[in-house]
Amino acid sequence: MESNGGDASQILRQIETLKATRSDIDRRISALEAQLREINPSHGNDAVLNGSCPPISGFDSGFGHGLSPDNIYRYSRHLLLPSFGVQGQSNLLKSSILVVGAGGLGSPALLYLAACGVGRLGIVDHDVVEVNNMHRQIIHTEEYIGQPKVKSAAAACRSINSTIKIVEHQEALRTSNALEILSQYDIVVDATDNAPSRYMISDCCVVLGKPLVSGAALGLEGQLTVYNYNGGPCYRCLFPTPPPSTACQRCADSGVLGVVPGVIGCLQALEAIKIASAVGEPLSGRMLLFDALSARIRIVKIRGRSLQCEACGESATFTRQQFQEFDYEKFTETPLSPSPLKLNLLQADSRISTKEFKEKIVKGEVHILVDVRPEHHFKIVSLPGSLNIPFRSLEARLPEISSALEEEGNKTKSGSGAQLYVLCRRGNDSQRAVQYLHKMGFTSAKDIIGGLEGWARDVDPNLPMY
Amino acid sequence: MQLTLEFGGGLELLCESKKIHKVNVETQKGVEKLTMKDLLTWVRTNLIKERPEMFMKGDTVRPGVLVLVNDCDWELSGQLNTTLEEKDVVVFISTLHGG
Ligand SMILES: [Zn+2]
Repeated sequence: MESNGGDASQILRQIETLKATRSDIDRRISALEAQLREINPSHGNDAVLNGSCPPISGFDSGFGHGLSPDNIYRYSRHLLLPSFGVQGQSNLLKSSILVVGAGGLGSPALLYLAACGVGRLGIVDHDVVEVNNMHRQIIHTEEYIGQPKVKSAAAACRSINSTIKIVEHQEALRTSNALEILSQYDIVVDATDNAPSRYMISDCCVVLGKPLVSGAALGLEGQLTVYNYNGGPCYRCLFPTPPPSTACQRCADSGVLGVVPGVIGCLQALEAIKIASAVGEPLSGRMLLFDALSARIRIVKIRGRSLQCEACGESATFTRQQFQEFDYEKFTETPLSPSPLKLNLLQADSRISTKEFKEKIVKGEVHILVDVRPEHHFKIVSLPGSLNIPFRSLEARLPEISSALEEEGNKTKSGSGAQLYVLCRRGNDSQRAVQYLHKMGFTSAKDIIGGLEGWARDVDPNLPMY
Repeated sequence: MQLTLEFGGGLELLCESKKIHKVNVETQKGVEKLTMKDLLTWVRTNLIKERPEMFMKGDTVRPGVLVLVNDCDWELSGQLNTTLEEKDVVVFISTLHGG
């Protein structure tokens, strides 16, 4: 047994060393490529840059279409399509596509775009691979947990197709870097997950004149359209005013069935391929609405370019400089990289830490614990003895709290009554609930700071988290 | 007037999580036509059960909601002034941002 353990740790050490060497080599290749681009910018699109990989363009096998024998073999099933053929594939190999976001939408989009032979494929993401996203972010494997999504996605793309160029942009897209990054590509795929990014990417595409393949998914529904293509509308033509931030739900809060962004991401790859190869009719001026639960796809006609649009309209003068100075977070009242909300609504004496609450339990304090999360959250995990009254139905169910308090209160010797504590997932709704309870006369109600996540972090690490 | 109303992108949560509503909207006496403006008022009174501000702002839908009359953006048919006909299908869908 011991010797096995020793072997394992030795192997692990070797893996670590090799991984470090690999990332060092990757860094050196990127640096050299950047150097080469500066010396000779015309080589920027050329796959010659892709290290040891065989050249994909500039190679003429003598048949007048520029496809190498390797490419003819690899993409033969594309070439056999009469409506796609040599011309479509050759256009694809010369094109460059940027995918913003290597998450639920970006994962399948990137896999297909790498496989199909896009000449140069860029990936932007600043996040790391997390196990609770892997149900939908299928490009990532367990060995990359905790590592940058860009690294993981790029490795997966390279292992599918080593003959194309993959470019890693391991950073968050901001107004300060968006023009520089997007300008290096022919087509942009928006696979992000928040409103400010969507406005920013669309505006940047308008400024640079790039077509934008936009997809979104949440819960059991998805949406897809192509913006800023061939005189068609941009995102702002359709949504001149941002929605209230309360209307922008996140997958981390509302949930999402993994395959739903998968379907939309695949369709995004398809639309990008159609534009890049100049084949077919892109989904511009139309929008696809996907309802997974009822198995229905509806394609609707949307408005054309708006003459009044602030980004692309007749009199719009949206310049590079204006773009760089535009505050998308303020415009949409939503942060670009959404982090969980942390409200602070209550006085300190109306709040209690998870550790203090644990002590109260240990001391046997008579109390009622109301969990205000939605019922389906409560079913995932809950604290023993807690009473589930979802925040939404609090108003209607106040009598339940009154009677529970009365019942428990009778157990106290002094007749001082039972204490009332309120819990939720992260400690925001519980504060809102306590605020409301105070107003309704439950003046002793206290919020448990940080909610169930705080409890799991500070009191009971064995409590499953979601 | 028989209409099919559909809610999506989360708006169905405002009407008891039901996505498709087959409804009969009475037009006012002596008036035969029904406009989208009339329909919005009717929907708000009869179907929206909670948080009406998530559906409407002023006398129109809130920003971020697309309205489709027979699979066509209502911007193309006159928005609030769009006249509806028997058996029309009106879709209200909230734009999604997730991924
Ligand atoms: Zn526009």
